[in-house]
Amino acid sequence: MSKVASKSVSSYLFKSSVGKKAIMALSGLFLITFLIVHVGINSLVLLNDGGKTFSEWAHFMGTNPLIRILEIGLVAGFLIHIIDGFLLWKENHDARPVKYAVSNANANSKWYSRSMGLLGTLILLFLIVHTAHFWIPNRANQFATGEELDLYNLMKEAFSKWYNVLIYVAGCFSLFWHLLHGFKSAFQTLGLNHVKYNKLIEIAGIAFSIVVPTLFAIIPIVFYLNIIK
Amino acid sequence: MAVLDSKVPDGPLENKWTKYKSTVPLVSPANKRNLEVIVVGSGLAGSSAAATLAELGYKVKVFCYQDSARRAHSIAAQGGINAAKNYQNDGDSVYRLFYDTIKGGDYRSREANVYRLAEVSASIIDQCVAQGVPFAREYGGMLSNRSFGGTQVQRTFYAAGQTGQQLLLGAYSALMRQVGMGTVKMFSRHEMLDIVVIDGKCRGIIARDLVTGKLERHFGHAVLLCTGGYSNVYFLSTNAMGCNVTAAWKAHKKGAFFGNPCFTQIHPTCIPVSGEHQSKLTLMSESLRNDGRIWVPKKKEDAEAIRKGLKKASQIPEEDRDYYLERRYPAFGNLVPRDVASRAAKERCDAGYGVNATGEAVFLDFTYNTKRYGTIEANKRGLTNISDEEIMALGREVIKEKYGNLFDMYKQITGVDPYEEPMQIYPAVHYTMGGLWVDYNLMTTIPGLYALGEANFSDHGANRLGASALMQGLADGYFIIPYTIGAYLSNEIKTKPIPTDATEFNEAEKQVKERIERFFSIKGTHPVDHFHKRLGKIMWDKCGMARNAEGLQWAIQEIRKLREEFWKDVRVPGDPYCLNPELEKAGRVADFLELGELMCIDALHRNESCGGHFREEYQTPDGEALRDDANFSYVAAWENKGDTWELHKEELRFENIKIAQRSYK
Amino acid sequence: MKVTLKVWRQKNKEDKGRFETYHLDDVSPDMSFLEMFDVLNEKLILEGKEPVAFDHDCREGICGMCSMYINGRPHGPLQGVTTCQLHMRSFKDGDTIVVEPWRAKPFPVIKDLVVDRSAFDRIIAAGGFISVNTGNAQDANSIPVRKEDADMAFAAATCIGCGACVAACKNASAMLFVAAKVSQFALLPQGQPERYTRVLNMVAQMDAEGFGNCTNTGACEAECPKGISITNIARLNRDYLKAALI
Ligand SMILES: Cc1cc2nc3c(=O)[nH]c(=O)nc-3n(C[C@H](O)[C@H](O)[C@H](O)COP(=O)(O)OP(=O)(O)OC[C@H]3O[C@@H](n4cnc5c(N)ncnc54)[C@H](O)[C@@H]3O)c2cc1C
Ligand code: HEM
Ligand code: HEM
Ligand code: SF4
Ligand code: F3S
Ligand code: FES
Repeated sequence: MSKVASKSVSSYLFKSSVGKKAIMALSGLFLITFLIVHVGINSLVLLNDGGKTFSEWAHFMGTNPLIRILEIGLVAGFLIHIIDGFLLWKENHDARPVKYAVSNANANSKWYSRSMGLLGTLILLFLIVHTAHFWIPNRANQFATGEELDLYNLMKEAFSKWYNVLIYVAGCFSLFWHLLHGFKSAFQTLGLNHVKYNKLIEIAGIAFSIVVPTLFAIIPIVFYLNIIK
Repeated sequence: MAVLDSKVPDGPLENKWTKYKSTVPLVSPANKRNLEVIVVGSGLAGSSAAATLAELGYKVKVFCYQDSARRAHSIAAQGGINAAKNYQNDGDSVYRLFYDTIKGGDYRSREANVYRLAEVSASIIDQCVAQGVPFAREYGGMLSNRSFGGTQVQRTFYAAGQTGQQLLLGAYSALMRQVGMGTVKMFSRHEMLDIVVIDGKCRGIIARDLVTGKLERHFGHAVLLCTGGYSNVYFLSTNAMGCNVTAAWKAHKKGAFFGNPCFTQIHPTCIPVSGEHQSKLTLMSESLRNDGRIWVPKKKEDAEAIRKGLKKASQIPEEDRDYYLERRYPAFGNLVPRDVASRAAKERCDAGYGVNATGEAVFLDFTYNTKRYGTIEANKRGLTNISDEEIMALGREVIKEKYGNLFDMYKQITGVDPYEEPMQIYPAVHYTMGGLWVDYNLMTTIPGLYALGEANFSDHGANRLGASALMQGLADGYFIIPYTIGAYLSNEIKTKPIPTDATEFNEAEKQVKERIERFFSIKGTHPVDHFHKRLGKIMWDKCGMARNAEGLQWAIQEIRKLREEFWKDVRVPGDPYCLNPELEKAGRVADFLELGELMCIDALHRNESCGGHFREEYQTPDGEALRDDANFSYVAAWENKGDTWELHKEELRFENIKIAQRSYK
Repeated sequence: MKVTLKVWRQKNKEDKGRFETYHLDDVSPDMSFLEMFDVLNEKLILEGKEPVAFDHDCREGICGMCSMYINGRPHGPLQGVTTCQLHMRSFKDGDTIVVEPWRAKPFPVIKDLVVDRSAFDRIIAAGGFISVNTGNAQDANSIPVRKEDADMAFAAATCIGCGACVAACKNASAMLFVAAKVSQFALLPQGQPERYTRVLNMVAQMDAEGFGNCTNTGACEAECPKGISITNIARLNRDYLKAALI
């Protein structure tokens, strides 16, 4: 087999289908780790201590230099995930220029596994709204004054409006479906697959997709219902 | 009558091939690069030959009518491939494989060829394993074997029920490797429609690009026909829809002799015809006869009741069943060779004991052995005191493990669950031992034109043993032609490629074109299949499992009439310059309509019964085949003379084997 | 039984194509789906129309030639069955059946229901083999193979190259087909020397043909008539990343 050209690692990763998918999976898994931290800190709100613990952590996250650097990584992670996702979506779309007149895809696959682009886009829309609520004003303020905003009260205010609550809950639903496929899919993409562990990965994926979005979703609801003051 | 020169090398049988290999003229690597070989067919024979020749350095072109080389009908072979490896230490040897094949073929094949086949058989397995063919293995990691009809040793290598598929994919991968390296040029969706003979030598072919409909000319220093068998002359057979005789037939019309055309193999265990619409028949592997018992009702009333759907097999009590194979052949029972089993089924059905609506089916019943396995299983697990139902359930698991995929296939096709009711089976045409006559070099009577695999007449005599066709196809392609072609091509190194605008190419293409135009000009009233079905019925009734002079004479007349009618009344729709499956079929059926006549002529002239050829006039008092070695120990090689044929005989000499009556009682 | 057929008709690659509706009144439940098409074609020929072109050969589920997208699913409503093994008893009297060709950019329609799958051949030519010339082989039993590996390799090797995986995949990805071949050899000792070059070459060719990317929806596995498992895709991914990164 002579043909193999020893191409550079980057060309394998960025140009081949399998490479592009690997990047998708790696960025996805990276975002998953972010979600763990994010949901962890957010959940502190549920302690119902008037945001004391939450604010301490938020302050730490907002000022710690290491976290500041990691945040750049996070933004990059999102960008890579989104751009790569778009490239894949485009290629996949183009691979079937003439669509079927009748398609009974539900007979062979789950709708959410086929709708990752759509779900991702919904998440993206959510994120735009979401960062407009907290992250952008906060960073803008930090940049301008060096002072952080009171995120706890910002949240309280935002989640006093029913439509914001709705947007967040909907965002969490999108995230749920996205993760329900994405979590185990990432392992399959990376070839991390073994008869002995497949079941474990699957169960972990389902658990993660349920627990994390649910925790996220509870927060705006409890604020709105004034359960948390 | 010209004497055919088989070109068998001198010397003792065991040394012939070795000596041949070390003395055959060679072609130097530099010269090989300038020699072009055309391979028609991409089955086991074609793919293996093309890949090997390309590895040696020849420039190769391969043609097949399917959309990919991988789809040749070798893909459908189920059971296995024989090889004299003696891995089981059960006394197998080259000689024994040789002996079994000659005997199985009812002493109508050429000793030297068969011996060579047995000799190279072991290398085939080595080659296939090296290619990554996933044969079945034992827990220790070694290759597993099973046994097949007509042998007493376990020499059959297999890959579940898909041996042909795995072997073909192995050969196909070797072929595609060469395609990737540019040494083979692949022409799929191309049908060869004629050969081109220049100065008495075969120099190329005319092929039709089935997608564009354009006719193409291709030059080759030599042409290899690896185009498979012609069972489809019967319309219904276990062959693929596209299997045809066209390539061989065109060569025949240009001077290649046709050997033993009437030798056809009828396989006893196929799913019976279910109705008028039937387009092909499906084989149920021979291995089923290991555990299935074949029977029909003893009483005609019962048979009738079953036919009418008033009774089920399970309602016929044991004492009213006729296990006719066990009755007639106590020594081999249900495992008699294919020809014997097929004829016995026909005999019962003709006598009125057939069991499906058409009256042409017998039962293949697994109840007895299901129960037997169930009991063994129960003992193994130390279960006592369990009900019959539970025993049957245990037995069914064993059966499922062994034949699950076949049972599923049966259910899919018939809609009947064979775990509940016995299978219904009936013989069907399966393989053609006859084919283009070739010498020891596999060359036909046209210099430069070779025939390999099922397309030639060579190694199986009047009956082929199970698991030997795959062996032959790969032997021809991997290990024989690469040597024997040197004998011819070493004299061709000075021959420059002949431009394809030579008059012979023009002439051949013109003829092909005229014939195609003729099809369209008829604008008759019946589609091609109509004629094919009628031909098939004549052949099946008169030149099938049992033949007689009167029937054959009648058939010859009928086929002639049918052929005339075809050329007056066939309707071929569409136009020639596009994908046109009806046109393809028309060409094939037109050739079958000529071949059918020759088959009947051959069957009529052979006044004996041997192997798959059973002439009702020539049988022993208890209905067994009666050979006539004094008068018919020869290969009948037919030369085409326009509308008639001339017979040439290649006498068969058995110097290393004692001829005996085949007996399975 | 009676059926109404809506069949994709397209003269050639360039033609735009459209559906045509046909009615068959006398269909036997014992007919195979392709035999039903034989009946349709006979009728069309007698009416002076062009019969429907469709690919088929063995009609016993092994050659991989037949390829119809029936009521929104490749090879029709049953699992583990090719079009040629589908029987009319799987439909109901009075059903309307929509039949389309495989749809994928690398599988252009040639005519009616016939598509060009030569891309598969080119992928195999790029690396779907073990480089061993005839005559080079050592004795077959000198390479012991664990039975489990042999069985898994066999399961992967049963792919018939029909393309239903591509047809079913929302991305028209050929990953299952490619992964089956890559896995067969990756599981066998004979396949080791070329294991990593093979996967790189085959994937490169697959990409060049224009197939989509696998997003692990699993439709291919569900529709594959031979039940090829997507664990093979994971194995391909693993081997590819190893080959690319290490
Ligand atoms: C259902 C079934 C089961 C079998 N099981 C076994 C078994 O278990 N063991 C065993 O040993 N044998 C078995 N056999 C027999 C064996 O499979 C065949 O004899 C053997 O595979 C034939 O191989 P081949 O290469 O000669 O021809 P094929 O594989 O038939 O190939 C013929 C090739 O020629 C091409 N071709 C034909 N005509 C033309 C043309 N005019 N132009 C261009 N190309 C053309 C075709 O495209 C194809 O590529 C079985 C056969 C059948 C039908
Ligand atoms: C910003 C919006 C997002 C977009 C547009 C997006 C888009 C996509 C797309 C198109 C895929 C596709 C591939 C597939 O179908 O498998 C994908 C996969 C994935 N996404 Fe996202 N996504 C987004 C956000 C997220 C977030 C927030 C996470 C996790 C926290 C995430 C985790 C994953 C994972 C794990 C995969 C699976 C990778 C694989 O299949 O190998 N995504 N995403
Ligand atoms: C519904 C409950 C959620 C709440 C209450 C919440 C709250 C917050 C808050 C307060 C911040 C600001 C942090 C800062 O400025 O330092 C933030 C940032 C962010 N959130 Fe959320 N969030 C929620 C859900 C989500 C979800 C579901 C996602 C992702 C899919 C997400 C992604 C982000 C991102 C990307 C940032 C900016 C990153 C950063 O701070 O560096 N959030 N969130
Ligand atoms: S993987 Fe399955 S669906 Fe795909 S080509 Fe092979 S057999 Fe067909
Ligand atoms: S359906 Fe397509 S998305 Fe992957 S798992 Fe199969 S190739
Ligand atoms: S026609 Fe061969 S698989 Fe269907």
